[in-house]
Amino acid sequence: MSTSTAQGPATDVAPAPEQRPGGRLPRWAPWAAFVAALAVAYLVGLATSTNVVLLVIYTVVIGTAGLYVASRIVEGPRRAVDRLVTCLVSSAFGIAMVPLVSLAYEVIRRGVLRFDGEFFGASLVGVIGEGGGAYHAIMGTLIITLLTTLISVPIGLLTAIYLVEYGSGRLKRAITFFVDVMTGIPSIVAGLFAYALFVIFFGAGIRLGIMGAVALSVLMIPVVVRSAEEVLKLVPNELREAAYALGVPKWRTIVKVVLPTAIAGLGTGVTLAIARVIGETAPLLVTVGITNGTNLNPFEGRMATLPVYAFYQLTQPGVPPENAIDRAWTAALILIMLVMGLNVVARLISRFFAPKTSR
Amino acid sequence: MAKRIDVSDLDIYYGKFLAVQGVNVSIEPRSITALIGPSGCGKSTFLRSINRMHEVIPGARVEGKVVMDGQDLYAPDTDPVTVRRQIGMVFQRPNPFPTMSIYDNVAAGMRLNAKKMSKAATDELVERSLRGANLWEEVKDRLDRPGSGLSGGQQQRLCIARAIAVEPDVLLMDEPCSALDPISTLAIEDLMTELKERFTIVIVTHNMQQAARVSQQTGFFNLNGVGQPGRLIEFNPTEKIFSNPDEKATEDYISGRFG
Amino acid sequence: MTVTSPPQEPTAPPPVRRPGDRIFSLSAKGAGILILVILAGVTLFLLAESFPALTAPAEEIPGEGGLASYVWPLIFGTLLSAAIALLVATPLAVGIALFITHYAPRRLAQVLGYVVDLLAAIPSIVYGFWGIAWLAPRLVPFYRWLEENLGFIPLFAGPVSPTGRTMLTIGLVLAVMILPIVSAISREVFSQVPTLHTEAALALGATRWEMIKMAVIPYGKSGIIGGAMLGLGRALGETMAVAIILSGSAAGITFALISSANPQTIAANIALQFPESTGIDVNTLIASGLVLFVITLLVNMLARWIVNRRADFSGAN
Repeated sequence: MSTSTAQGPATDVAPAPEQRPGGRLPRWAPWAAFVAALAVAYLVGLATSTNVVLLVIYTVVIGTAGLYVASRIVEGPRRAVDRLVTCLVSSAFGIAMVPLVSLAYEVIRRGVLRFDGEFFGASLVGVIGEGGGAYHAIMGTLIITLLTTLISVPIGLLTAIYLVEYGSGRLKRAITFFVDVMTGIPSIVAGLFAYALFVIFFGAGIRLGIMGAVALSVLMIPVVVRSAEEVLKLVPNELREAAYALGVPKWRTIVKVVLPTAIAGLGTGVTLAIARVIGETAPLLVTVGITNGTNLNPFEGRMATLPVYAFYQLTQPGVPPENAIDRAWTAALILIMLVMGLNVVARLISRFFAPKTSR
Repeated sequence: MAKRIDVSDLDIYYGKFLAVQGVNVSIEPRSITALIGPSGCGKSTFLRSINRMHEVIPGARVEGKVVMDGQDLYAPDTDPVTVRRQIGMVFQRPNPFPTMSIYDNVAAGMRLNAKKMSKAATDELVERSLRGANLWEEVKDRLDRPGSGLSGGQQQRLCIARAIAVEPDVLLMDEPCSALDPISTLAIEDLMTELKERFTIVIVTHNMQQAARVSQQTGFFNLNGVGQPGRLIEFNPTEKIFSNPDEKATEDYISGRFG
Repeated sequence: MTVTSPPQEPTAPPPVRRPGDRIFSLSAKGAGILILVILAGVTLFLLAESFPALTAPAEEIPGEGGLASYVWPLIFGTLLSAAIALLVATPLAVGIALFITHYAPRRLAQVLGYVVDLLAAIPSIVYGFWGIAWLAPRLVPFYRWLEENLGFIPLFAGPVSPTGRTMLTIGLVLAVMILPIVSAISREVFSQVPTLHTEAALALGATRWEMIKMAVIPYGKSGIIGGAMLGLGRALGETMAVAIILSGSAAGITFALISSANPQTIAANIALQFPESTGIDVNTLIASGLVLFVITLLVNMLARWIVNRRADFSGAN
């Protein structure tokens, strides 16, 4: 828990007088405190027949308290508070790991049950009870995400180019500000927007794949703009000037020099933006709906998508519920794998496609 | 090829701020003109206004005339992009394009302007330009390697090769040696002396020995105080500037009494 | 070249633009303007579609009490869940940020940062799955203990929900979901604290905590607040996790956090009701969405203003 070695330099600089009298705890003191606390907690646990979670909580609390008291006696109050905070801060990080680990464990444990060929090959047409798959939902997610990317990347990239290369004055400030605001639009509101837009042309109750793509674009565009803007700003001005000095027009400078130099960062940004929207559920729920059959045409009728599929399989499983719930967890697992895969791809892009500079 | 440049009553602004005032000068073809002066006196700003690079900075503008062999560079119908093709520039820090190989860097001027050239013609151009920049022998075996892998001095010569590959009439150099070691500096200076046979060269330098070594004409820029515009105080043959300048300020600066 | 003529026109000559340049710059500008149009469109279309609900007689609105009495408990539920999330997440996030920037070994710090960012990458629906299947059942004994020992506080009044799908649970899940953004922004400001300040504190003989208290926290305060506000914006608009986990009975306004009678949130209510709704019900839901949009817009603008003000300030130094 506590890293006593890292505390060395800070205390060596200037030992304040009031810390002197008691001296210092040995380096192994924090470890000893927590081992002792574990033993105590275990004994308490025996008495009350408790579980692992409580055991860990007892250990941390008792260990922290013990270390604080020991430090206060030996090292004085200031050092004791420092050790207390070290324990608290480390615990904060530990607490954050609990959801991550338990979530990964739970999704994998329950998701692998139906992680089979049929799940990837079959739809839900005519499925009652066992079997069935999410082929239609996987295809729907891929199609809608592709459409979203096709809409968002040109708009987002051009906006970023405007902000970095052309923009000035009030319009630039307005766009920057509202892009920031747009990143905060709740995803369900983006879905309602797409619905309200299409209702005007097609009448109430309309559900289309392209509506989902429009809704997701509202969420994806600001992410693309922000990341592309950051990356374009990193391109050294010297390169632009070098191109201008060769008599290259500004737009060719941007297309042939600035964008290629930034390509790794742009690829990373776009990939992360895709990862951000591929798991979105709420906007698709109100715009694309759900269907049991395979519909690959985003311009006609409802489509199934992986997140919405997972939602309905979990919340409306039918009788008996187990089969649908298993399918739901497998869909969730695939969703996580997609998102994590995209994150890994993004890191690889930034590592391997970065321009080879010596500086 | 090499052309003369006549500058008259040139005022250069950054927004409302007058950075350089009232420059009148004639730059001779096939010679090296050096611009010296203390930091912040507007030499680089003046240099960048010759090929209309100054206006790349938002809010920057110029009043007055710059005429190159009778062609008014600031006429309303003059395209700044065309001006920059005729007047090349080399910058203080070597700036090869990091995404391009040595070969592509030299060919960049042609490629980026979408000029269609045969492979043989491009090969010929690249070799000629690299030979012109005294770099061919050092890089001919690794033309496909990134330009940023070269040493600083080699990179700067690569940038010179890139600039002369578009066959400009004038070559502007903005402190081209200030980021280089003495040996690389010597190589660049030798190169400049060769290049002046074909181009009009204007160089901004902080190094007065360099100005004395390479240039035929020297202009001295100075400013009266902070917030005041820079001015061209004296423009004379280099020998005269360094031996018997007309102005007291020039003499003070050259003898190291200020600046 | 001797005669000086006064400058006739003080403006720069109009730049000659090539067609390529003009097309490219106009399309870039157009894309930027399109974003403003989209945002205006969001507002306009939501207004247009919620208009029927605003003008409809009260008895046609679900619940038959009018729009205000339909939306008010939802607003309450939204604010309550987001407030719990914020209260739990902010101290944790600051702790995590401090751990990564000032306590963890330097080589590990970057990796730990990635790990925390992973929390942000998980789709919200998966948090819903995790919350209902893993977290909620495990919280039930804890809730029982709360009721037995602290039941006299209205917040922990019984009867305890047997499923654990309560307001407090959703508050905790939302806290986990906003942890990454709050800690990321705190981390950024903490790492920008000038070494001069931290070293000055250490040179005075401060312990690490005293250094953080003296130099890091004051410097990063507005960053923490701004980050927390951004997190609040996320929590207010979070939909799927709430829709799955919270057992939404229309309980009206109640502060009981661990019972099975909970107010629903705006976003989750839309997600749950919309697919089955027609006619005026749809307009009512869109009107509630408009309310949510306005609330999050205000919170986000405030957050951006705080964060940006700080950025301007540090940029000037």
